[in-house]
Amino acid sequence: MDIFLQLTVSGLSTGMIYALAAAGFVVIYKASDVINFTQGDLLLLGTYLIFFAIGQIGLPWSLGVLVTVLLAVAVALAIERLVLRPLIGEPIISMIMVTIGLSSILRGLVNAIWGPAPRSFDSFLPEGSVVVGPAVLSTGRLLSIPIALAVLAALGLFFRHTRDGIAMRAIADDQQAALSMGISIPRVFGVAWALAAASAAIGGIMLAGVVGVSPNVASIGLRVFPVVILGGLDSIKGAVIGGAIIGLLEAYTGGYVGHGLNLVVPYGVLILVLMVRPYGLFGKEIIERV
Amino acid sequence: MSLECGVFHTRYESDMGLRPRPAQRIRLAAFAVFVLVFPFLAGPYWLDLANQIAIATVGAIGLNILVGYTGQISLGQGAFMAIGAYSAGLLTLNLGLPWGVSIALACVITAVAGSFFGLPSLRLKGLYLAIATLAAQEIVEWAMTHWTAVTGGTEAIVVPAPRLFGVRLNSTFAFYWFGVAMAAGTALFAANLFRTRMGRAFVAVRDQDIAASVIGVNLFRTKLMAFATSSFFVGLAGAMIAYYRTIITWERFTLDTSIVYLAMIIVGGLGSIRGSFFGAALITLLPALIANAGRALQDTAPVVAGLLPYAQQAVFGVVIILFLIFEPKGLSKLWGNVKDYFHVWPFAYRRG
Repeated sequence: MDIFLQLTVSGLSTGMIYALAAAGFVVIYKASDVINFTQGDLLLLGTYLIFFAIGQIGLPWSLGVLVTVLLAVAVALAIERLVLRPLIGEPIISMIMVTIGLSSILRGLVNAIWGPAPRSFDSFLPEGSVVVGPAVLSTGRLLSIPIALAVLAALGLFFRHTRDGIAMRAIADDQQAALSMGISIPRVFGVAWALAAASAAIGGIMLAGVVGVSPNVASIGLRVFPVVILGGLDSIKGAVIGGAIIGLLEAYTGGYVGHGLNLVVPYGVLILVLMVRPYGLFGKEIIERV
Repeated sequence: MSLECGVFHTRYESDMGLRPRPAQRIRLAAFAVFVLVFPFLAGPYWLDLANQIAIATVGAIGLNILVGYTGQISLGQGAFMAIGAYSAGLLTLNLGLPWGVSIALACVITAVAGSFFGLPSLRLKGLYLAIATLAAQEIVEWAMTHWTAVTGGTEAIVVPAPRLFGVRLNSTFAFYWFGVAMAAGTALFAANLFRTRMGRAFVAVRDQDIAASVIGVNLFRTKLMAFATSSFFVGLAGAMIAYYRTIITWERFTLDTSIVYLAMIIVGGLGSIRGSFFGAALITLLPALIANAGRALQDTAPVVAGLLPYAQQAVFGVVIILFLIFEPKGLSKLWGNVKDYFHVWPFAYRRG
């Protein structure tokens, strides 16, 4: 039972980091129909920026988090303006390849600046652990769950109540109608990228606290795909629940089955969902079939 | 074939020829002479690069048949190459088949596997298909590293060196001829494929699948055939790697491989055979050139030289993005522009 509890907590905390990355993915997909392969690299950027801000410059953690998020947002805005805007309306293959190219650039830059070796710094998440019955749970991991949930809830509120959020939903619904109502599409795309980067940066900050700072972080980006397909490509709620399910599945298979099966289970789920219910748990039911 | 300004066919043979104009034949002959002379002039380093380009050309043409001509996005290139490489190696090791037979069987096995993974394409389009093939890639990667009984896990499989008439074929010089023959054969097959009913059906599915099915193209069969044909050559490329390196490791067939091949056909030109070759050459040479630059800078600017391995990754991304923004039709189109400029020179002529 104690193992079960431990696996649940670690699964949920990983799952919430997936959810943060996935939420960014969903925001961009909803607004601009771009599938974003750079999501993992935005996470990577987040972990290295927080390391830079706290570990290298020595900022207090609150300021460090702020600087990290702002820098990540600046990078995302630059990406949107310089690379994605000229490609609006291009075929899917171009969109996929352009974000793959971006991902390669970001990874190369991070490696060039900070080197390929893992780095470490004094974690800003509280050390130590909480004992619940027979199980020992790390405080950092426990704490990351409510933080992520708060960020995701804020994203949800943004979509429901702010002008930009509503504009984004309008564009997702019908781009032409939104345009004719005077909604500025470039602005909304910019906001979408900024939000995605902010959410990924927070995910990266938590990763830095829970797992550590290393180039391997980028590989988490691929886990976004099972999460968003399971949850539905255009649903923030789906990202949260999909993230939790995939995180838990990974933790349980890793803990009880082993053999590295936890690495492949999410993709098995992905294929299964695509076969049975391609729009996922909460996605809109329009998928073009042939 | 497209109609060109200033070209008048007077016989059916010339109308149907793959390269009907004298200029085209001269260019082809010049290229052939270059290919024949090259191995006698180049050292082993450049020969090795040429061999890699030959293998990459086979793989890129294979991928282009699927992505560029049929419009089915695949991120599973690495997985298909792995299936080709492992089955070519394991057939020889476990069943004692001669290497030629193993390679041929490996191509067929990959074609079958490719059509299996292509099954989702019947229901899924565009980005859903891309994500499905991504999952296939991850699953095959996992199988390579964890299905120890068959693939040897993370340990390398050593394949016996191929021999032809007593000559070891995996030396750079000997393999060059094999590689060029395979690449030329693949290119010729693909060039002719798109003059057949099946090949035209591929293109029709890419351009407008619903219209294609209305005019009587069987989407199910066509897409499966596209996956099978494409995978056949991708498997061939994998098998060639296995017998060229005589060692099979899973690291050669990761998602990065899939991305590199996609980059080749993007940079070279989607839906273009010569583009596949151009892209294969550029993407293979790029890291080599950067590495050379690094060695040259080692003494004068060691800091820059130290950064170059990472810059390599960034440059790869920059090249993809620059092509997508400024020349989405790739090197093939750039080359076409040059040719068109001289086509009816000194008169201005721009094709479509």
